[in-house]
Amino acid sequence: MNAGVAAIERRDRFLRIALPIVVLALGLAVWELVVRIEDIPPYVLPAPAVILQTLVADWALLSQSLLVTLTTTFEGFLLAAAGGVGLAVLFNQWRFLEYSLYPYAVILQVTPIVAVAPLLLIYLPQHAAVLACAWIVAFFPVLANTTLGLHSVDRNLGDLFSLYGASRGQVLWRLKLPSALPYILGGLRIAGGLSLIGAVVAEIAAGSAGAGSGLAYRIAESGYRLNIPRMFAALLLLSLAGIVIFYLLSLVNYLALRRWHESALGAER
Amino acid sequence: MPPADAIQSSPLVALRGVGKDFANGTRALAGLDLEVRPGEFVALLGPSGCGKSTALRIIAGLSDPTEGAVEWSPSATPLQNANRIGFVFQEPTLMPWTSVYDNVALPLALKGAPGPAKERIEAALDRVGLGAFRAAYPRELSGGMKMRVSIARALVTEPQLLLMDEPFAALDEITRFKLNGDLLQMWQALRTTVVFVTHSVFESVYLSSRVVVMAARPGRVSTELAVDAPYPRGRTFRTSAEYAALCRRASDALAITMATGGAP
Repeated sequence: MNAGVAAIERRDRFLRIALPIVVLALGLAVWELVVRIEDIPPYVLPAPAVILQTLVADWALLSQSLLVTLTTTFEGFLLAAAGGVGLAVLFNQWRFLEYSLYPYAVILQVTPIVAVAPLLLIYLPQHAAVLACAWIVAFFPVLANTTLGLHSVDRNLGDLFSLYGASRGQVLWRLKLPSALPYILGGLRIAGGLSLIGAVVAEIAAGSAGAGSGLAYRIAESGYRLNIPRMFAALLLLSLAGIVIFYLLSLVNYLALRRWHESALGAER
Repeated sequence: MPPADAIQSSPLVALRGVGKDFANGTRALAGLDLEVRPGEFVALLGPSGCGKSTALRIIAGLSDPTEGAVEWSPSATPLQNANRIGFVFQEPTLMPWTSVYDNVALPLALKGAPGPAKERIEAALDRVGLGAFRAAYPRELSGGMKMRVSIARALVTEPQLLLMDEPFAALDEITRFKLNGDLLQMWQALRTTVVFVTHSVFESVYLSSRVVVMAARPGRVSTELAVDAPYPRGRTFRTSAEYAALCRRASDALAITMATGGAP
């Protein structure tokens, strides 16, 4: 009985990994076949094999661009993490500050970044503008989640802290921030993907060639030159970067919470 | 067994005409008089919603009375000291993100208590029989063990007054009986004073030297019952005719309180 359940779980886990791979392989095969049978030229639709060849052939150029975009993303993410958590803590400590500034944080969040980016590029140097875009898109989920987390303290634990005369600093450091940690990490996981999006949007809006041009710029540039295989190759790299960012942050989340939080507990009982 | 003169001595803490209104208009307590003398084990017994927990929170200073006063004996430890009050909640109320050891260490860490903290924390853990679980996290423990950690944390400062708010209500009977016995041993060893809130007649009689029956809406003291049986009380006491008779008296007092609405 128990062994049967284990076997079913094992098969389930296998299928969870195998099925998406099968779908990918099938999709790529159909794509490759259609391009070959219909003899579609690569500037209309490149076959997967051609895209892969381009990726290898243009690696020097693309890897450099990848590095630029990843650096921007990483910087934007760090600023968003620091800004989001920092603002949430300040809001939590001084309510009037929250009343004064929170609406503007919401405005920053709801205004589409694609529309803001061109303006930022007018007023800021290009690198700063790209960074600002990544930050604007990414900081809000960190702020919102951290705020929620700081308010989710167990009331009895709060009473215990006041019973022992804990100072505001002690309550923040020993009670509120640890309570909020799962929420903060959840916000960071969203922010990682969003800072990549912010960086890409700003790069595309920036448009002009520069010494250090990111992947999004490569996509735009290749589009103008009808170098469609390179567009796909750059897009592939962006997707992979997004996936790696997501799983890295998930790993951090798991490592930080595995000993105590429900969300990180394994299935074993 | 608490020394006889302790019972006669002046109260460690007294509630005088305490009333409590909540913002939503609920009158939780009205004219509550309660004296807790040093060395006593007082059980507050009453139906749910009779304000037992509110009374406990007022003694702890976690809630302010709307009327009346809380008077502490001049000999009581100053309020700033961590060792005036220990509090055990209905739930274990542990910090899930840290170890059993750090949970028990919390009161000392917050107060920056002087002296060898490490020995006190280890002594507190040994006292509740969890010395081997110092590195465990709360989620790795059973309900009874979590409550033991909670008790160790409340006792780590060796408080003058231990306040307990239905601490064993969520535990199974076997665990509850075991913890009842262990609690009595700790109470005697530490010579502390306990106010224990419960809605179980059997628990109140087994544990306490005095049962205070409370009436509801608004909460106030309805009647009192001295439990003269000597400590230490073991399994033989739990099955004795004396215990059964005392439980019947407490149960009758509670029934009368409920039937008459507790009007004096």
